[in-house]
Amino acid sequence: MANGNGHKEPIIRVKDVVVELKGNRILNGVTLDVYRGEILGFVGASGAGKSVLTRTIVGLLPKQAGRIEVFGTDLDQCDEDQRRSIERRWGILFQQGALFSSLTAGQNVEFPMHEYLDLSNRLTKEMAITKLEMVGLKADVYRKYPSELSGGMIKRVALARALALDPEILFLDEPTSGLDPISAHEFDQLILTLQRTSEMAVFMVTHDLDSLHMICDRIAVLGEGTINAVGNMDVMLASQLPWLKAYFHGARATADRLAKQKIGVA
Amino acid sequence: MTAGTLLIGSARGDRLDLAATGSWTAEYAQSLEPLVDAATKPNSPVRNIALDTAQIEHLDTFGAWLLERALRTWSSQGCEARLTGLRDDYRGLFEKVHSGTQKLTPPPPGQNRVVAALESVGKTMVGVGHDFMLLAQMIGSLIVASKRVALHPTTFRFTSMVHHLERVGWQAVPIILLITILIGCILAQQGIFHFRKFGADIYVIDMVGVLVLREVGVLIVCIMVAGRSGSSYTAELGAMKMREEVDALRTMGFDPVEVLILPRILALVIAVPILTFLGSMAAIYGGGMVSWAYGGIEPPVFLSRLREAISFETFEVGMIKAPFMALVIGMVACVEGLQVQGSAESLGEQTTNSVVKSIFLVIVLDGIFAMFFASIGM
Repeated sequence: MANGNGHKEPIIRVKDVVVELKGNRILNGVTLDVYRGEILGFVGASGAGKSVLTRTIVGLLPKQAGRIEVFGTDLDQCDEDQRRSIERRWGILFQQGALFSSLTAGQNVEFPMHEYLDLSNRLTKEMAITKLEMVGLKADVYRKYPSELSGGMIKRVALARALALDPEILFLDEPTSGLDPISAHEFDQLILTLQRTSEMAVFMVTHDLDSLHMICDRIAVLGEGTINAVGNMDVMLASQLPWLKAYFHGARATADRLAKQKIGVA
Repeated sequence: MTAGTLLIGSARGDRLDLAATGSWTAEYAQSLEPLVDAATKPNSPVRNIALDTAQIEHLDTFGAWLLERALRTWSSQGCEARLTGLRDDYRGLFEKVHSGTQKLTPPPPGQNRVVAALESVGKTMVGVGHDFMLLAQMIGSLIVASKRVALHPTTFRFTSMVHHLERVGWQAVPIILLITILIGCILAQQGIFHFRKFGADIYVIDMVGVLVLREVGVLIVCIMVAGRSGSSYTAELGAMKMREEVDALRTMGFDPVEVLILPRILALVIAVPILTFLGSMAAIYGGGMVSWAYGGIEPPVFLSRLREAISFETFEVGMIKAPFMALVIGMVACVEGLQVQGSAESLGEQTTNSVVKSIFLVIVLDGIFAMFFASIGM
C-alpha cells in the first residue's frame, strides 16, 4: 500500500498558508503536499484547524498569506473557468453530509452530473443509482429525502454525491464519525477500492485510528498552526512528539491494537 | 486522453467480438451511450459475445456502468456475454458496479385527476381543522405554563422576555412610525381631495381620527408585526426544532412552551399595544401635517376639531384589540415554528404559513371585535 512519494506528482501543494479567523491565527505557515493516488490522513487535536485547512484549500475560507496549488494551478491566479474545471475534479464530503434537504437522495447525487455533464436522463439516473449502491445503500434510497434517512445513510449519500463525477481528489471531513464499526470498516474499504481503481487522491481529516492504520498511505499531523510531522504509520509510531505519543500509544490505540492481535488482523 | 469507442469486431456465426478502446470516463459518457445502445440492439444470430477491454486507457464508474449495462442487455436477450482482458486495477471497480441491482420499487400508481383534486380539497379541509386543534392546544399549554409561572414566579424567563421585547418592540419603533405616518398622510390627502368637492374639508379630521384610532392604527401595526416578528419567531423555533434543540430542552425536563414560547408571546403582548399607541399618534400627526400643507387646515383648528370628533372610547376600542391580536400572532408563529420538519424547504413553508395565517386571523378577529363593539354601542 505504501506509495513511493519520490516520483509521484503532487496534486495539491499547500505552501506557507496563514489563516486568521476573527483575529485569531489558526494556521501559521502550513506547508503540505498531497500526491496523486495516495490517501493522506490528516490528524490533530480538536480545534487545531484541520477543518480550517480543508475549507481553505477548497476556497471556503480566505487565507492571509501563502499559496495553494491544485492540479498545478494556483487558485489565486486562475480565472472563473479554470476554477470551475478544478471544482469539477474534486469531491467533498462534509462532516454533517450537507445534503440538499429539498432534493431526494437521488437528485442530490444527480445534481453535479446535471451541472457538469450532458448525459441522457436514463444514464444520469442509472449512474445515481449505481453510485448509491456503490456506497452500500439500497437502490430505493434514490427516492428518499434526507430527512427520512439515518445519520449513517446521510453520510453515504453525501459520499455518493462527492463521488458523482469520479473526482481526482476526494476531501473527506471525518468520514467515519457517527458510523458503527462495521459500517466504518466498509466505508474505509470502499474508499480504498475507489481510490485504487481511479488513482484518486484522498485527503481525509479523521480521528479514526482504524482508518489511519488500514487505508492511509501517509499521515500529516497538525498542531500549533503548523504541520508537526508527516509520514507513514511507522514514522508516527516511532515519533517522540508528546501529542503523537499520546495519540498513537494512548489507551484507545493500545486497546485497538490488542483487539487486532486477538482476532489476527494486522 | 482519447475519446472512448466501441469497435465492432468480426462476427463469425453466432459469435461476435467487440473491443472497447480509449477513455471510458464521465467526460465521454455522453458519446459512449449511443455506441453502447447501438451495439446492444437485438441481433438475431449472435448468441455469444466477447467484449475486449484490454485497450481501455481510462475507466471510471461511468464507463464501467456502460459496459455493465451492455452486458446486462445482452444477457436479457439470451446472449452469452463476457468481458475479456480486464485490467486488474479495474477489476475492483467493475465488481462494485456489477454488484449493483438497480432495483427500484415502482412508485405507487398515479391517481385519477378528479380524485386527486378532491383528495387535495379534503386534505386541506382536514388540515384547517388540524390547525385549529393545534391552536387550541397552544392556548391550553400557554394557560398551563402561565399557571405554573404564576405559582412560581422565579421560574419566569424574565431576561428572555426583555430580550424579545427589545427585538419586537424597541427595534420595531422606527419602521412602524414611518409606515403609520405615511398611512396617516395618505388617508388625509384622499379625504381632503374627495370631501373638498362638497365643501366638507373639515370632516377629514373626523375621518382620520376615528379611522386611525379604531381600525387602521392597530391593523397596520399588527400586519407589520406579523411580517416582521411573527416570521422571525417561526424561523427561530423552526431552526431550533430542526437542530433538535427543542427535544434537548424537553429531555432535560423543561417545557418548551414555558421556556421558549411564553416569553416570546408575552413580549408581543406588551409590545403591540405600545406600538399601536405610537403608530396611531404618528398616523394622526401625518394626517395633521397633510391637512395643513395640502388642505390649509391650521394645526389649532385640526386639534380642536379632533377633540370634538373623537372620544376616549374611540381610542379605547383600538387599544383593547391590540393585546388580543398580539396573542394571535404570537401563537400562530409559535405553532407554525414547531411544525417545521427536517428540510430547509419546510422552514420556508412554515414561515410563509405563519405570516399568511396570522394576518388572516388578525383581520378576522378585527371583524369579530367590530361586531362586538357595535352591539355594546362603543
